[in-house]
Amino acid sequence: MLSRIQFAFTVGYHFLFVPISIGLAVMVVYTERRYFKSRIPADRAASMFWIKLFTATFAIGVATGLTMEFAFGTNWANYSRFVGDIFGAPLAAEGLFAFFLESTFLGVLLFGRKKVSPRFYYISTWLVLIGTFLSALWILIANSWQQTPAGYEVVAGRAVLTDFWAAALNPSTAPRYVHTVTGAVITGCFVVASISAWYLLKKRHLHMARQSLVAALVIGLLASAAMPFIGHWHALQVAEYQPVKMAAFENLTETRTNAPLYLFGWVNGDGGTTGVSIPSGLSLMLGMSPGHEVKGLDIVPPSDRPPLQITFQSYHLMIALSFLFIGVMLLALVMHFLKRLEGSRWMLWLLVVCFPLPILAMNMGWTATEVGRQPWVVQGLLRTSDGVSPVVSAGEIWTTLGLFGLIYLILFIAWLRIFLGIIRTGPEDVADMLQAETAAGQAVPAGAGR
Amino acid sequence: MSLESVWFVLVAFLLTGYVVLDGFDLGAGVLYPFVARTEDEKRVVRASIGPVWDGNEVWLVTGAGAVFAAFPLVYAMTFSGFYLAIMLVLFGLILRAVSLEFRHRDSSWSAVWDGAFLLGSFLPSLLVGVALGNVIRGVPMNANGDYTGTFLELLNPYALLVGVTGLFLIMTHGAAWLLVKTEAGALHDRVARWRRVTFWVCVVLAVITSAATIAGVSRASDNVLGRPVGWLFLVVLAAALLYTIWQMMKEGGELSAFLASAVTIVALAGIAAVGNYPDIVPARGTPAETSLTVTSAASGPLTLKVMLVIALIGVPLVLLYTALVYRTFRGKVRPADAEY
Repeated sequence: MLSRIQFAFTVGYHFLFVPISIGLAVMVVYTERRYFKSRIPADRAASMFWIKLFTATFAIGVATGLTMEFAFGTNWANYSRFVGDIFGAPLAAEGLFAFFLESTFLGVLLFGRKKVSPRFYYISTWLVLIGTFLSALWILIANSWQQTPAGYEVVAGRAVLTDFWAAALNPSTAPRYVHTVTGAVITGCFVVASISAWYLLKKRHLHMARQSLVAALVIGLLASAAMPFIGHWHALQVAEYQPVKMAAFENLTETRTNAPLYLFGWVNGDGGTTGVSIPSGLSLMLGMSPGHEVKGLDIVPPSDRPPLQITFQSYHLMIALSFLFIGVMLLALVMHFLKRLEGSRWMLWLLVVCFPLPILAMNMGWTATEVGRQPWVVQGLLRTSDGVSPVVSAGEIWTTLGLFGLIYLILFIAWLRIFLGIIRTGPEDVADMLQAETAAGQAVPAGAGR
Repeated sequence: MSLESVWFVLVAFLLTGYVVLDGFDLGAGVLYPFVARTEDEKRVVRASIGPVWDGNEVWLVTGAGAVFAAFPLVYAMTFSGFYLAIMLVLFGLILRAVSLEFRHRDSSWSAVWDGAFLLGSFLPSLLVGVALGNVIRGVPMNANGDYTGTFLELLNPYALLVGVTGLFLIMTHGAAWLLVKTEAGALHDRVARWRRVTFWVCVVLAVITSAATIAGVSRASDNVLGRPVGWLFLVVLAAALLYTIWQMMKEGGELSAFLASAVTIVALAGIAAVGNYPDIVPARGTPAETSLTVTSAASGPLTLKVMLVIALIGVPLVLLYTALVYRTFRGKVRPADAEY
């Protein structure tokens, strides 16, 4: 149980930063492309600004991600023994194909502005973005296998790989990947919109703020509007392969037709639900007909059911938020086209304060899917309680949990200071930049440069 | 050569790559407070590793992932058995990563970040060697492959000896890197003096470690001396050391001296690997059958095959663009072109 708390805490913390950095990577490519085409200094300043924010977030994402990789060995030794054959490969591939790409070319972005050609620099932003997306792909392959294992057989108490493609492209990989990455893009758009709206309110860096805000709103609306369809696709897959989890999402106690779909509700002590529901909604959603039979929690014994309240609430909060995102993005974009957005202080303020919500929604989604899989760590194969390290004592976990809490708290304060510091400073002032370049040009006569 | 043995070599390659590459930036981090006095000098040291340390650390991520994928039982045993030590390495790496990224953005906390950078460089530099020492010496474990000793047992004299040797090896390596990247001046001279000291301390410690291995862990020394490839690594090691001594007595040639330092690490890692093969983690004080060997700890054949394909595509790609980036950032670092 302690290991679960530690894992949930460290992974939840890690995932505060990951979607921001994925979303910002998109923005970096977008702005650098503008600069690559226009070659005007203001666009370069904008691009460097997003790169700085990306780096500060990426650094903390990498550092806390290392914790996750190590945790499988340190706290989940029996789990590692059981799944190492299958689970280790995507982790190693993630390092080989994704992390190297990201970290190597991030070095170019940070230190190489004057050392490499504009084309090389622009390509580097793409490579960082590709690295980011590949990294998400590999780790989600690993997670998806835990949810819907495939391409294996159990030999002598260990899962042994029998079909690589079946394991990698297991039933939940594709929907989960699209769902997660789209969520990260929405998060990035809200972060960018929040910063841009703040600049518009303060009447600073208007060139960058305007172009970034419109880009964020357009991309954000497209991604938010696609989300219900992607989410639906994912839900169909969950209902087919992890019916107990689907039942837990809606607290459907017994298998039935005309299953209701809750808009919000509360799981009562007696197992029932109080709330507002659409009659037969769940049957309609999953089977296009009120007569569709949806499997309930009663298909498995109580010991194989997940905690209901937390699964139910996190799932519904995620969905409610995702519809809110469409509304905010749509409203802001309509106001932009009516030329009302910049004059509307309340709308800009709304955009400023909205950015934590998509991060919350994504963490709720993960809570729903991970808690909803319990008591299994690998669905149907290995119980979470059987996956822990037999030799690690509770005292040791308490100690490291305390240390993690302390270090992560310091990290968070530091990250916030720096992130806000970068925003306060803003992109480099174009006039200053030109002056500095002219000064440098005079100091080093043409042709005498390095 | 069996598939499992190929993976033994590949894992050894990745982990050695980690020590060679991250070793120099860890070493530079340990030397940082001692060699860099002014703010400009500190900036040069940080900037010398700035563009590359992140990529270097990925060798550890990938190496650990490869152990997980190819030898899951080893991954489970060592990471859970060496729990607190691994956590300390982890805290060190987190502190270091963050201090490097945040230091120049946050001048009011510079003393905090400098301290974090030193601690974050020191802990992994020392503990990686301690872990290796334990793996060579052997570890008590049960049939499930769980560590049955205590935390204090991991801090036995032999493992500590290997750890301190490794620390000085990494410091020497870091100094060799800084000599490549710094221009003639006070910083360069200070680094050169430190390198001479750490190099000779390291040589003395390595001799003591060898003697302790022959006396206490004869399985490993017999393996090295009884195999041609063991002798090959010993000859390479001797050549690299002689070359380094010759280099230290004259001016210039910093790059080749750094490469000699890298070869030294490769040879030492090779010797350690040959000494353990076919064991990965030998059992100590418990029945020898419990030892984790290349065959008993390996994944299934299909996993190893798929992973080999992945590695054969991925590793050359990584080497290619790593070389490209090192080439881009070649040459001395000046205080002016330090930060972005």
